[in-house]
Amino acid sequence: MKLSPDQTIFWQHGFITINLTLVTTWALMLVLIIAARLVTRKLKTDINISRWQCMLEIIVTGINNQIKDIGLKNPKEYIGFIGTLFIFIGTANLCIIFPGYTPPTASLSTTAALALCVFIAVPFFGISKSGLSGYLKSYLKPTFIMLPFNLISEVSRTLALAVRLFGNAMSGGMIVAILLSISPFIFPVIMNALGLLTGMVQAYIFSILATVYITAAVQDSKKTDKPELETIKKINKNG
Amino acid sequence: MDSTTIIAAASIVTAGFTTGIGCMMPAIGEGKAVSSALNSIAQQPDAAPTITRTLFVGLAMIESTAIYCFVVSMILIFANPFWNHIIAK
Repeated sequence: MKLSPDQTIFWQHGFITINLTLVTTWALMLVLIIAARLVTRKLKTDINISRWQCMLEIIVTGINNQIKDIGLKNPKEYIGFIGTLFIFIGTANLCIIFPGYTPPTASLSTTAALALCVFIAVPFFGISKSGLSGYLKSYLKPTFIMLPFNLISEVSRTLALAVRLFGNAMSGGMIVAILLSISPFIFPVIMNALGLLTGMVQAYIFSILATVYITAAVQDSKKTDKPELETIKKINKNG
Repeated sequence: MDSTTIIAAASIVTAGFTTGIGCMMPAIGEGKAVSSALNSIAQQPDAAPTITRTLFVGLAMIESTAIYCFVVSMILIFANPFWNHIIAK
């Protein structure tokens, strides 16, 4: 039984290997880029907009609102990264409705690459917001004793991001494959429908967690002298 | 019993225990999380979006422990390094 699409190899020369994961990833990227180009080619500010533009606006506005809800004040800076993560993982997981398709997220190399992107993006956004020393100081909070734990959590959450997405995507395909040998007619279809839900939830979780980590890095370095007071004010304002 | 049998039996039994315990405990944890989230939504329906989002993130954290167990048992069954070592000999 094949554990991941990495094991389906099309072409190999030296250490350069073209496997199913690479092919699906690039195909998905092509489809996404071409679709985005086609839709944004003629944008209108009219009342009558095309249905594709409407769909794109719903997606972008939704991601913007989610980012703002978590606590990043200016979502425009971050939607390029977080939105890309969400749309790529979402599309990769939703395409399992096509027969013969293996999601590239079912390979640990894809998810590890995505998690590494988050691992690099967190200090990038933190440093660009508050400078190198301001970001490095956030590792010493609340006290300097927490420094090793902060460093460990940085690594372990990256690992957790990668393995979580990989495990969920891989287990969906694996369960369908096992069920096919036990009850091969209707039941795998139901599990596939469940896989669609899980895939979408995982895409949401991945991007939400990336946002939460970025928010922590950006807000840690900001100096708020009375955070409790602000919270109380916010609560009072909301009624 | 020779070492091949011991390794095969240990791998299969451990894989079963890993998935079994690794399904039970996160299920209890998720059940507790969902029940208290439902309680708080019932008390404060206004805060439902925030609670739901936090619940999802927390559930993903709990769920990942189950996923780790699943990955470990999959490795034990399908990609066992000790078994491959014995087979290659």
